[in-house]
Amino acid sequence: MVSPPLLNVTDLNVHFPVRGGVFLRTIGSCKAVDGVSLTLQRGETLGIIGESGCGKTTLGKAIVHLLKPTAGTVMFEGQPQHHDRRQRARDFQMIFQDPAESLNPRQTVGDIIGEGFVVQKMGTPNERRQWVAALLEKVGLPTSSARKFPFEFSGGQRQRIGIARAIALKPKLIVCDEPVSALDVSVQSQVLNLLMDLQKEMELSYLFISHNLAVVKHISDRLAIMYLGKIVEMGPAEELYRAPRHAYTKALISAIPEADPTAPKQRIRLTGDIPSPINPPPGCAFGHRVKAPRYEESLKQPIALKEITPGHFVSNCPCCVE
Amino acid sequence: MSEPLLTVSNLEVGFTTDDGLLRAVDGISFEVQAGQTVGLVGESGCGKSVTAFSLTRLLPQPSGQILGGSIRLLGRELVSLPLNEMAKLRGESISMIFQEPMAALNPVQTIGRQLGEIYALHHTCSPPEALQRSVAMLKKVGIPSPEIRLTEHPHQLSGGMRQRVMIAMALALKPALLVADEPTTALDVTVQAQILDLISDLQHEMKMGVLLITHDLGVIAQTCDEVVVMYAGRIVERAPVQELFANPRHAYTRGLLSSIPRLDGTPKTRLPTIEGTVPALSEMPVGCRFCMRNGATPDSPTLFTRPEYKEVTPGHWLELCPRCCT
Ligand SMILES: Nc1ncnc2c1ncn2[C@@H]1O[C@H](COP(=O)(O)OP(=O)(O)OP(=O)(O)O)[C@@H](O)[C@H]1O
Ligand SMILES: Nc1ncnc2c1ncn2[C@@H]1O[C@H](COP(=O)(O)OP(=O)(O)OP(=O)(O)O)[C@@H](O)[C@H]1O
Ligand SMILES: [Mg+2]
Ligand SMILES: [Mg+2]
Repeated sequence: MVSPPLLNVTDLNVHFPVRGGVFLRTIGSCKAVDGVSLTLQRGETLGIIGESGCGKTTLGKAIVHLLKPTAGTVMFEGQPQHHDRRQRARDFQMIFQDPAESLNPRQTVGDIIGEGFVVQKMGTPNERRQWVAALLEKVGLPTSSARKFPFEFSGGQRQRIGIARAIALKPKLIVCDEPVSALDVSVQSQVLNLLMDLQKEMELSYLFISHNLAVVKHISDRLAIMYLGKIVEMGPAEELYRAPRHAYTKALISAIPEADPTAPKQRIRLTGDIPSPINPPPGCAFGHRVKAPRYEESLKQPIALKEITPGHFVSNCPCCVE
Repeated sequence: MSEPLLTVSNLEVGFTTDDGLLRAVDGISFEVQAGQTVGLVGESGCGKSVTAFSLTRLLPQPSGQILGGSIRLLGRELVSLPLNEMAKLRGESISMIFQEPMAALNPVQTIGRQLGEIYALHHTCSPPEALQRSVAMLKKVGIPSPEIRLTEHPHQLSGGMRQRVMIAMALALKPALLVADEPTTALDVTVQAQILDLISDLQHEMKMGVLLITHDLGVIAQTCDEVVVMYAGRIVERAPVQELFANPRHAYTRGLLSSIPRLDGTPKTRLPTIEGTVPALSEMPVGCRFCMRNGATPDSPTLFTRPEYKEVTPGHWLELCPRCCT
């Protein structure tokens, strides 16, 4: 018997009400995540890349139960997410994009990282202090950091505090939202090595959201490319990078700035306004944005992901995919 | 030659903490010319943001203090400037994009109020005019549905939208010097390219100088004229961008450049890193701060005398530690 995937997301929608007018009545909705389906196996990493504002953080938060989906299901080991918060904390954790938003400024770093142990009633105070010290060392911070408060740290140091907190309880899945964006390349590599080691050690799975393509490609088995609330292309990381099929994936790859001042700049310049999830254009959002010559055709058929080679899915949009 | 837009000399910045005085920036000197982009890179925690906060005089109070040195902007000394005078310079003479948008935006005010205030304060615009300018500015930074976004609060925006709101606020008054601390970390590469183009347009139009702090060495390579490399509160190397990438001479710079993740690397293998970690601020040696990670023994003489910081070839500056430099 094949066991169910660790995570199975089906037709997930997360819509936010948009209010306006004098009485702040609901005047529309922001379709942050709009029909996303994906699976994740134990020990696997799925990288998520996409335009800023396309719904990556919202998707991650819905998966770890911080946001309620408007429609669709999230199954964890074949079951709906557990109703007990303590069990959920052992199943999955999230590393947040903006440390300023997610670290309580009035708690010491030791309390932030060790909070999970207290909630789970694990260990004696002394043991917990040792575990916190070991976690700090793992993310490359001095153990004396435990007594300090988040504001006493640099951006990248705060990001590492969030990482230590997320790995503390050794969950099965970690949603990593831009986990290394505030780190210099050497510390970034240290943290990525740590995440890969933990994965091998404990069969951890990652949903890895990042704008840095070199990083995502290195750590991921598969990649999903999102555009305005939808996945437009998904497949094995190497294949997507070598042979991208969707026009947005191609534009992304061409825009990666190369760390070589003499390299010629050959990126595909995107024109047109970034589409809004509050007022999404009809048909293909990317085609609409770049005024693709065959955009009109995308209005005539429903757009869905199609498997073109084993495991490689791409939107059947006529204006973005040849 | 005329005086540079910004001249920083021997700047020292410290924090009073329970562990005593921590010197986060330990005597750094560099310049930014009008119209020029200077990149500032270095290990996480090396003092880049503290430098940025010192230039704008926004260090956390009362713990953060400028201990010494000078910051000259447009011919004026900023270190001794009373804070109310400094407040007048912010916006038009100098402005800053903060590393963490949520720490910089007011969570209980709408975006429209925060952006509109900038125009109202400095231009004495009428409210409709401020609104119109705000809409135009949000469009420029690539935020769709700007009219609706102006009525929203920061928590309703995505990470990258918040970052672009902050960029809009920083560019609103076309400052002479823009201090941009990790301005594009939350943006995908296509939007990032658009924002960097916008900044470079303003640069050509207004001769704006930019101090760009980023960990993305690709962005550095593509946008900067000169690069300053910091390690543990000091500048270890500074050179024109092509020279720095082609001929890095400090061991830290070389370690950094060889840690850049490569698109053609073998997936899921261990990535190269610089061995070891930075010493805690309270345990910094007087001498070269990188030596311990570069194989020095605790009795190495290089740890006890501060290496000289010198221009070794035209435009190429080095902290001349005999063990760490080639
Ligand atoms: N308010 C504070 N109180 C005490 N120490 C502080 C404070 N703010 C910063 N520091 C310390 O000063 C040093 C420099 O911090 P800074 O924020 O400038 O680093 P950075 O170079 O910007 O790093 P990153 O790339 O991670 O953002 C760090 O070691 C940090 O711990
Ligand atoms: N709490 C909220 N209330 C209302 N709208 C929200 C909320 N959170 C997110 N949104 C909206 O949902 C959309 C998607 O946001 P999300 O943060 O998921 O984007 P993202 O892909 O993570 O972007 P980035 O790369 O910029 O971080 C945006 O239009 C945003 O304004
Ligand atoms: Mg996000
Ligand atoms: Mg910083």
